[in-house]
Amino acid sequence: MAHLPILQVILPLLAAPLCLFLKRPKLVWLFACVVTALTFTISVLLVQQVTSTGAISYELGGWAPPWGIEYRIDALNAFVIMVVSGLSAVVLLAARTSLENELSSNRQTYFYALYLLSLTGMLGILATGDAFNVFVFLEISSLSAYALIAMGKDRRALWASYQYLIMGTIGATFILIGIGLMYQMTGTLNMQDLAERLPEVAQTRTVFVSFAFVVVGVCLKLALFPLHLWLPNAYAYAPSIVTAMLAATSTKVAIYLLIRFTFTVFGLSFSFTTLPLNILFLVLGLLGIFVASISAIYQQNVKHIFAYSSIAQVGYMIVGISAGTAAGLSASLMHIFNHALMKGALFLALAGVMYRLGNVQLKSFQGLGRQMPLTMAAIVVGGLSLIGVPLTVGFISKWYLVVAMIENGWWPVAILILFGSLLAIIYLWRVVEVAYFRAPNKDNESVKEAPLGILIPTWILVLANVYFGVDTRINVQIAQLAAENLFGIVP
Amino acid sequence: MNLSLETLLQLSIALPFFAVIAIVATGRKPNLREGVSIGTGLLLFYCVVKLYNGLKQGADIQVQWLEIIPGLGINFHIEPLGMLFALIASFLWIITTVYAIGYMRKHNEVKQTRFYSFFAIAISAVMGVAFAADLFTLFIFYEVLTLSTYPLVTHAGTDKAKAGGRVYLGILLSTSILFFLMAIISTWMVAGSLAFTAGGVFAGDVNLVLAGAILILFVFGIGKAAIMPFHRWLPAAMVAPTPVSALLHAVAVVKAGVFSIMKVCVFIFGLDLLAILPSTQFLLYLAGITVLLSSLIAMRQDNLKARLAYSTISQLGYITIGALLATSAGVIGGSMHIAMHAFGKITLFFCAGAILVTAGKSKISEMQGLGWQMPVTMIAFFIASLSIIGVPPGGGTWSKWFLLMGTMETQQWALMVILMISSLLNIAYLLPIPLRGFFPKDSIDRSAITVNEAPLPSLMALSLTTVACVVLFVYPQPLYELVQAILNTPGVTNGQ
Repeated sequence: MAHLPILQVILPLLAAPLCLFLKRPKLVWLFACVVTALTFTISVLLVQQVTSTGAISYELGGWAPPWGIEYRIDALNAFVIMVVSGLSAVVLLAARTSLENELSSNRQTYFYALYLLSLTGMLGILATGDAFNVFVFLEISSLSAYALIAMGKDRRALWASYQYLIMGTIGATFILIGIGLMYQMTGTLNMQDLAERLPEVAQTRTVFVSFAFVVVGVCLKLALFPLHLWLPNAYAYAPSIVTAMLAATSTKVAIYLLIRFTFTVFGLSFSFTTLPLNILFLVLGLLGIFVASISAIYQQNVKHIFAYSSIAQVGYMIVGISAGTAAGLSASLMHIFNHALMKGALFLALAGVMYRLGNVQLKSFQGLGRQMPLTMAAIVVGGLSLIGVPLTVGFISKWYLVVAMIENGWWPVAILILFGSLLAIIYLWRVVEVAYFRAPNKDNESVKEAPLGILIPTWILVLANVYFGVDTRINVQIAQLAAENLFGIVP
Repeated sequence: MNLSLETLLQLSIALPFFAVIAIVATGRKPNLREGVSIGTGLLLFYCVVKLYNGLKQGADIQVQWLEIIPGLGINFHIEPLGMLFALIASFLWIITTVYAIGYMRKHNEVKQTRFYSFFAIAISAVMGVAFAADLFTLFIFYEVLTLSTYPLVTHAGTDKAKAGGRVYLGILLSTSILFFLMAIISTWMVAGSLAFTAGGVFAGDVNLVLAGAILILFVFGIGKAAIMPFHRWLPAAMVAPTPVSALLHAVAVVKAGVFSIMKVCVFIFGLDLLAILPSTQFLLYLAGITVLLSSLIAMRQDNLKARLAYSTISQLGYITIGALLATSAGVIGGSMHIAMHAFGKITLFFCAGAILVTAGKSKISEMQGLGWQMPVTMIAFFIASLSIIGVPPGGGTWSKWFLLMGTMETQQWALMVILMISSLLNIAYLLPIPLRGFFPKDSIDRSAITVNEAPLPSLMALSLTTVACVVLFVYPQPLYELVQAILNTPGVTNGQ
């Protein structure tokens, strides 16, 4: 039990090369599923442990921090680890069926190896308490993500992957520079240690610069407007499974990093009082919501629609963080969980459409309401959750976010957030109308429902959208605990 | 069978919802499928009547389902106003199903299984709205009602239906998310409670400007009450099959709107606070303008269903006025009008549908002389019109009487004049239809016309609701007592 924090990183890391020994796609898939399921189990155990006994500190190799590398699990990262490993596990269930039509069988082995590597990277970022370690794992997860995106059937996937590579590398480099400057000023890389030492040198220009580098670098990774340009194409042209995985997990990890650096490492008073991060985030978050939602309305590719929607959802999370209160932060954390469920469900449903039609252009959706009723119903329920209709998780996020805004006295922001939901209605209803009101075109008349291999994981996530919208013990209470802890640690 | 009242309450929400399974399962056998709908309707009505008896004997019926957010959950509690709404909706569901059997088959409508399924879900949502114990629960079922009626509005699947559905969903969802949800969250932040409480939830020293702003948010946010300028969804919804327009857009959906406003006025603000809010006056005039303008627009509509839709908007304005007057007479008049208008307007829609499927006519100008072909339908139309106008022998007489009394008590002379002018306008746009039906402008050869009425189930349904209009005039006592019981709840009329 004591080794759980490292085990959940090591497990997929060791499993990834083992994938290469299993040649048969079905076997690799089974193996990878078992590994992700184990990782998820570990993450649930971690959450239990953290909520009952408080933060866990694990000394890697037995070296005491701050000299050795420390893995530190508190409510915040245990929560995000659970989201990331849970979603990765469910999405992977659909991989075998979905890849049949999207990837030649001799390359599928590499896919699973990369998938597990990417998961390793993300879990590493989440678990570690060491700033430099963050960079290492960031590179692991990013490099494998670039390769995964490039596996897309569409040749434009290469270009999308290249774009992401450039932007992602700039982001990672910025983060590295930021960390380097921090190290120069304090001589330590341990986050807890940094948090103690940085205030002494807070008023130096080096720390300001380091903060700027880190924040901009992380914002590149999380696709905050206006640094979002790499995201739509990367999502649209990657294999469907990769899209679902990236949308459900990778931006969440970046949001976590942002919270970790601004709240724990630099500290609340530095980020929000010394520097005007709240105004900046508020404006960029709101702009992100509106610009991305409006762009989503004009897209012709459904993956693009949901990709822009993801950028908008990141905007909501950033607005929550910008409130600078425990209520706002917990709303953002809830939205990490809830948005993972929504987008996981939606992109898996799209994987089903991709499997049957070979593309996800809006005009190809004609008549799918009748041809693929369960897949389209999944999109409708996922969409309602995205809008924030009661009894879905989306409503829970919206409720807490608006309450947090009103507590701050930010009435106009509260109204703008609700207004953003209306834009979501518009871009979703374009899909619904095409699917339900147009007669199937010639190609679609013989289209059948998506295979069970994709349908079952999709509906697991759809039902989770409803379940956690009603029973909010996990997503709300742990998020609130995490937020309160952060505000407890950093006065 | 001896079920506890709490079980009956839950059954009345769950029954129609789970009936969907049976409806879908029997989808291939239309007779059995409609049998399921009617059977569920009867069971539901039985449950509601049992609850009504329980309430009359003074039982306190409440149920908690679950807690979604700490302090907020799905809770039900029965009080007289909700009882009234539930009685009307569950009773008229049975009638409408009978009517729909005749209409849908004669009209050769497609996808009837889907139609009956979503209809049942909508009724389930209506029961949830009626019995909601707090704003949060009410909001949830309010949204379910919007979403479940969308497939009914767009039933035809044509471009026109799609456009209508867009307006319908667009306005109802937008107002509810933008204003209604905002109002609810604001109430939560200011008052700390969303439970419907006799006398209101706001503290005595609440900031009047803030509370007034919240009231405006509520009135605009409850788009189903169709207060201008958020009324356009109702005419747009008329693309739906007539049974939908009849039950949902004359009774269930629109009444869910005014019912919510009534609930908010009486149980969230409380009549005392409502009377002194700075925005009440403004909203009263807005409702008055809605009444007057929509009556005027109704006069210019040649399509019968469109005319009825604008008439509904106008009548909903009456009920909103009743609620906002913040007096006993206003609440009594408004609540009674929920019932009176329901029976009157559903009859009118039934007639419109009967005319459409039998004579194939939807334009009023083409209905001259139709009375000799469809005498029962036209007479029913005449009597129901009288009820809407508010003259004997229609039940609407009583509700309009109390509403006028309410305006006089509060010395809202302008509103009183508006209500009276609007009643005159009602005469001008409703009565010519049956009158011209029997006495057309150009004389016609009556011997050439044979009586050809709507299918028997439809005819039975519309006769029954017509009789109900008259019964409510002759025997309004039970209704009055039920409405009076709202005011007898301790705390509702403290200051008066």
